[in-house]
Amino acid sequence: MNDLSNASRRKFLKAGAVIGGGLVIAFTVPLVKRFSGGGEAAPTAPAAAPVANAFLRVGSDDSVTVLIAHSEMGQGIWTALPMLIAEELDADWSRVRVEHAPAAPVYAHTVFGMQMTGGSSSTWSEFERYRQAGATARALLVQAAAQQWGVAPADCRVENGVISSGSHSARFGELAEAANALPAPEKVALKDSKDWKLIGKATKRLDTPEKITGRAVFGMDVKFDGLLTAVVARPPVFGATVKSYDAAKAKALPGVRTVVQVPSGVAVVADHFWAAKQGRDALAVEWDLGPNAALDTAALKAEFQRLADTPGLAAAKAGDPAAALKQAARTLKADYHVPYLAHAPMEPLNATVKIGPDSCEIWAGTQFQTLDQMVAAQITGLKPEQVQIHTTFLGGGFGRRATPTSDFVSEAVHVAKAAGQPVKTVWTREDDVRGGYYRPAYLHRVQIGVDDKGMPSAWQHAVVGQSILVGTPMEPMMVKDGIDATSVEGVADSPYLKGIAAHRVDMHSPNTGIPVLWWRSVGHSHTAFVMEGLIDELALAAKQDPVAYRRALLKDHPRHLGALNLAAEKAGWGTPLPAGRARGIALHESFGSIVAQVAEVSVQDGQIRVHRVTCAVDCGIAVNPAGIVAQLESGVAFGLSAALHSRLDFQEGRVQQSNFHDYVVLRLGEMPQVDVHIVPSTEKPGGVGEPGTPPVAPAVANALAALTGKRLRELPLRLA
Amino acid sequence: MKLTVNGTAHEVDAPPDMPLLWVLRDLVGLTGTKFGCGMAQCGACTVHLDGTAMRSCVTPAAAAADKSVTTIEGLSADGSHPVQRAWAELDVVQCGYCQSGQIMSAAALLATNAKPTDADIDSALSGNLCRCGTYLRIRAAVHRAAELSKA
Repeated sequence: MNDLSNASRRKFLKAGAVIGGGLVIAFTVPLVKRFSGGGEAAPTAPAAAPVANAFLRVGSDDSVTVLIAHSEMGQGIWTALPMLIAEELDADWSRVRVEHAPAAPVYAHTVFGMQMTGGSSSTWSEFERYRQAGATARALLVQAAAQQWGVAPADCRVENGVISSGSHSARFGELAEAANALPAPEKVALKDSKDWKLIGKATKRLDTPEKITGRAVFGMDVKFDGLLTAVVARPPVFGATVKSYDAAKAKALPGVRTVVQVPSGVAVVADHFWAAKQGRDALAVEWDLGPNAALDTAALKAEFQRLADTPGLAAAKAGDPAAALKQAARTLKADYHVPYLAHAPMEPLNATVKIGPDSCEIWAGTQFQTLDQMVAAQITGLKPEQVQIHTTFLGGGFGRRATPTSDFVSEAVHVAKAAGQPVKTVWTREDDVRGGYYRPAYLHRVQIGVDDKGMPSAWQHAVVGQSILVGTPMEPMMVKDGIDATSVEGVADSPYLKGIAAHRVDMHSPNTGIPVLWWRSVGHSHTAFVMEGLIDELALAAKQDPVAYRRALLKDHPRHLGALNLAAEKAGWGTPLPAGRARGIALHESFGSIVAQVAEVSVQDGQIRVHRVTCAVDCGIAVNPAGIVAQLESGVAFGLSAALHSRLDFQEGRVQQSNFHDYVVLRLGEMPQVDVHIVPSTEKPGGVGEPGTPPVAPAVANALAALTGKRLRELPLRLA
Repeated sequence: MKLTVNGTAHEVDAPPDMPLLWVLRDLVGLTGTKFGCGMAQCGACTVHLDGTAMRSCVTPAAAAADKSVTTIEGLSADGSHPVQRAWAELDVVQCGYCQSGQIMSAAALLATNAKPTDADIDSALSGNLCRCGTYLRIRAAVHRAAELSKA
């Protein structure tokens, strides 16, 4: 999503406003909207917070409360955005508090136009706005101090939440009320980067105390008097509908209050989860299975292979690759496969909804507040501004809590509406694994021609797999000429392809009936595996060192080279390893950052063991290096689950996996050592939540090829 | 049914087969213990039963009667248990959802093994999943907690 042109971003924005049924989503929001009770922003500032705008409140108790427009789902935005404000405010970091912002237009994403968290974009998209908010509050406080003391603002200094001038000194809290009476400055200057004290400093997370004591409130933990819990019987096959149901047994169970039909299935509403789950299991539902009852992964694979040999939509083209292939010294033809995947965040999906005569309150760990608000308004017949969203901590998101259909939130609204009572709708793990919105399966069929030196001279690449965006409200804005950029990102815009005069990328987007969605790193989750596997294949076929081969291909891409060289150097590329071990390298750009990884692997008792992953990341200005290291470690672990274990299969329309015993993810004992090295940079910040994931599967596959001589072209990697 | 949770006696009206997890969360009102899988595959629901780590999602409430249950809320009054201090020191958490279970598993391990090896840790915590992949820091933090416990 990061490589959209500004034009298409603007289009997205306008359409966002249309979806909103009149809700105005401004392209740029006022950088600082002072608290005026005008309904524009968080009108929650208490008397103790005289200096307040949509993004921060300075309390008379010296506290600085930062309202974050993005959802904390592990990525550390709870810490990075406050750092931006505190930097410009010169706040006392120990007095900084954080809250999720409510859903309101002022919190719309500065680029995507709606309140959301995704695309590894929170830090870079807020880099100006949050600093501006901090600088504005600082200017007001300084102005107040200067007036009180009869000095010039320029003669005041600010440090750690204290303003001083000569013999005068006052804490923020003492000045806050006076500052609130002043008009906000039109324009404030931001610090020069050489004066940064917080930005660039490894800073610990601010949400740790709550998360190590059980106090952190996730959606699952929301509770209030009168709240009931629902568990929903959903179709066994995507697209199936309820033909009839018998709720007699369910209703007879102690604790079950009511059973209601909703568009997604049949909900059992009870006093607590256990009763609701027992009730759901006791339901007898007859389903009309619909058109997808024969879905079968093997048949889909065959269909993808058939499509790959037919002409598709050109996602990239240059020269005449067919002719160039004929002239090539040698050719390589390869198929790469990746399966459907569930996100499987540790917190199963849930949302709590309380509907009143003119209000709808939603508590949810969501990545898409604006869409949830609009959809809830439609279901309840209320105006979007009457729908209040309380964003809780997210027990993992990875994209699953950002559905264009608002699936789990809208379902919870339907349940609460039908039940006529406040209800928390909770998914079981099985519901989550079988509930759809998967990373789509893909086939890449590639023919490459090389010259007599083994360098690529022709590249023909077919990508076959479902579009995430087609059929969603984002389609009109983000799918151009039938090309969903998220299907081919990492291939169509590959720096390798740019250097090959004859290339073509064909895209096929079959509709399978399976709901699909962005999964941490989206298209890059498969394209990096394919591209970096292929480049490695070419290097080995040319009898060249894989790092040297990449250097030659990327000679015009200095940032790629920087990451590549740093990873190779730190991993000791080319130095001897113990017997039975080998290294592999992969490099991929995504979400504005470039990550190179070297994996060190062995095979023990027929099992792939990954011992170490050395990462180099160029993400531009490193706002919080500690957070970047953590996200790279996390991205490696997430990518390794997919590289080594996870897959979803369909037979007779049914998902075969159901829980963590058969939908396998990485466990502690399999976690390699991960070393992260940040390339020093003054470029604008890039993303870090996702870019660590794409390179790890190809780095491991490339290491295995070096070790065993066997090229694995399908995920999860299987030696036999 | 009588339950002792974090030193406090509770009288709960629960069917005997209701998992302890849901008794704790929905009847006692302690939500620090998490639901992740419902079949003892992920460890998010880990509590101590008379000091032993148990998966509360598959432990019937009846099995906890007359026993002492400790949840994350009762591990320390103020987050000062050595495992919690080590977790804070090493900045372990990300989304945080699995961490109650990780911390309870780690605390139970250290109660019987004051100086665990990497292999001991991997084995004791292999039943605790983390999708954010904080595993490296978890392993390091268990070692650190062992040091803090000695001091």
